[in-house]
Amino acid sequence: MARMKFLCDADRCIECNACVTACKNANEVPWGINRRRVVTINDGKPGERSVSMACMHCNDAPCAAVCPVECFYTTADHVVLHSKDLCIGCGYCFYACPFGAPQYPKTTNFGSRGKMDKCTYCSGGPDGADGSAAEFAKYGSNRMAEGKLPLCAEMCSTKSLLAGDGEIIAQIYRERVLKRGYGSGSWGWQTAYQEAINV
Amino acid sequence: MFKFQIVKRLLLAAALSFSVHAVMAQPAAAPASVRQEAPVSGFNPDAVEVHQDDLLANQRLITGRITLPDTRARTLIQPDGRMWRDYQRSVVPWIAAVLVLGTLAALALFYAIKGRIMIEGGRGLATILRFSSFERFMHWLTAASWCVLALSGLNMVAGRFVLLPLLGNDNFSALSRLLKPAHNFVAFPFMLGVLLMFLVWLRANIPNQVDVNWFKSGGGFLDGSHPPAGKFNGGQKMVFWVVVLAGAAMSATGLSLMFPFAVTNIFGMQIIQVIHGGIALLMIAMMLSHIYIGSVGMEGAFDAMNSGDVDLTWAKDHHSLWVAEELAKAEKPQPSAAE
Repeated sequence: MARMKFLCDADRCIECNACVTACKNANEVPWGINRRRVVTINDGKPGERSVSMACMHCNDAPCAAVCPVECFYTTADHVVLHSKDLCIGCGYCFYACPFGAPQYPKTTNFGSRGKMDKCTYCSGGPDGADGSAAEFAKYGSNRMAEGKLPLCAEMCSTKSLLAGDGEIIAQIYRERVLKRGYGSGSWGWQTAYQEAINV
Repeated sequence: MFKFQIVKRLLLAAALSFSVHAVMAQPAAAPASVRQEAPVSGFNPDAVEVHQDDLLANQRLITGRITLPDTRARTLIQPDGRMWRDYQRSVVPWIAAVLVLGTLAALALFYAIKGRIMIEGGRGLATILRFSSFERFMHWLTAASWCVLALSGLNMVAGRFVLLPLLGNDNFSALSRLLKPAHNFVAFPFMLGVLLMFLVWLRANIPNQVDVNWFKSGGGFLDGSHPPAGKFNGGQKMVFWVVVLAGAAMSATGLSLMFPFAVTNIFGMQIIQVIHGGIALLMIAMMLSHIYIGSVGMEGAFDAMNSGDVDLTWAKDHHSLWVAEELAKAEKPQPSAAE
């Protein structure tokens, strides 16, 4: 099985935020939650880079490790998912996540956060059949079941955001860096997968 | 003349477009070493190196600008999350097990060796009012809410290892879904209880020389003696200050966790959570001993919390100075009342 990963080639990202919009639209994410976001570093200075970030579906995922009710599971494609039926909204995954991926629909009422929501790699969730209305309402679309990659990466206009098997997208990135002569690195990979793409 | 001008312009345009093309093509064509030494015209701002390793070497988290209204999303990478995870997973369960189970084992051992500390000569008929109804109310308010907080807190730490295998995912999740908000809401009666106890019992809990002597003789626990003590003995004063100080710390840290990002950023919240959990476990260990000696550990002690009227012999044994004070007080205003 493939080991699915995200890779944002920051030297190509033009901060158009289309991935953010595509994600919200494809998954009908609740108001106030953004499963994907674009952060611009060194804004207006030399070396400005924009990085599109979402759940990185880490190795030995910190969220899953700290969850008090063990609501996380990993699919055969190594996508880290969780059950919204089991989630108690405690916020532990949010403390542990290095990428700020877990978010909660309610944040004010004495810490009652509601069920956690995060990027599913467009893989739906555990409840209901693949692509069912029940699954969509809770977790968003299940493009992986249709043989498609996450929409954010699929429709990236500069092909900055790559999704797919880690080996393959790493190779694509390596070739790009060799060709153009520079690369700002595989953002988040060291933290998520304990290995960066060194060119 | 006119023709010549057009040709000249065309030549100029061609030359310009060629030079622009050359400048644009230059960075891709030239090797890295040449590119860096090239004049300004060959400088490619896109190639200025920025690397996450360099950024993370200088700061704990990488933040930038974001167009979303949610400014917390500005944090791009925060590797410390993994440290929090490791601590939560490999250290906390051990601390919890050692402190909670260790304290219970120590108390069981103490009970097995010394048994229940009985009132010498048995209970008498005379009693004395130790705590007013209001004092008992605030004590119970704090105690009951503390039990809910401690159990729901321990469930977050150890429930996964202890209860989850017994109950199964669905039932354990349903239970935790009740306990988690209970932890948030019951925190408020707890804070009120600690505040009331602090205000009402502060005067009686100022440490003095009597307490030093009380501690010197080990509270009488080992040799069965009864060192003199006021309304609260040295050990009880210690419990008071632990409850007040730890309670204040728990309240402050707990409130800041209840309102995420209100006080500090993600790194601060991780630290605060560690402090909250650490103090909680120490407090649980201390309170287990407190509950033990106030119930099964000593005959007559529980009356103080239950009815408020304690056995006079017990009171004379354990709070000699206070009893003398109370009796003197009772004799003065009503010389021959009641009887």
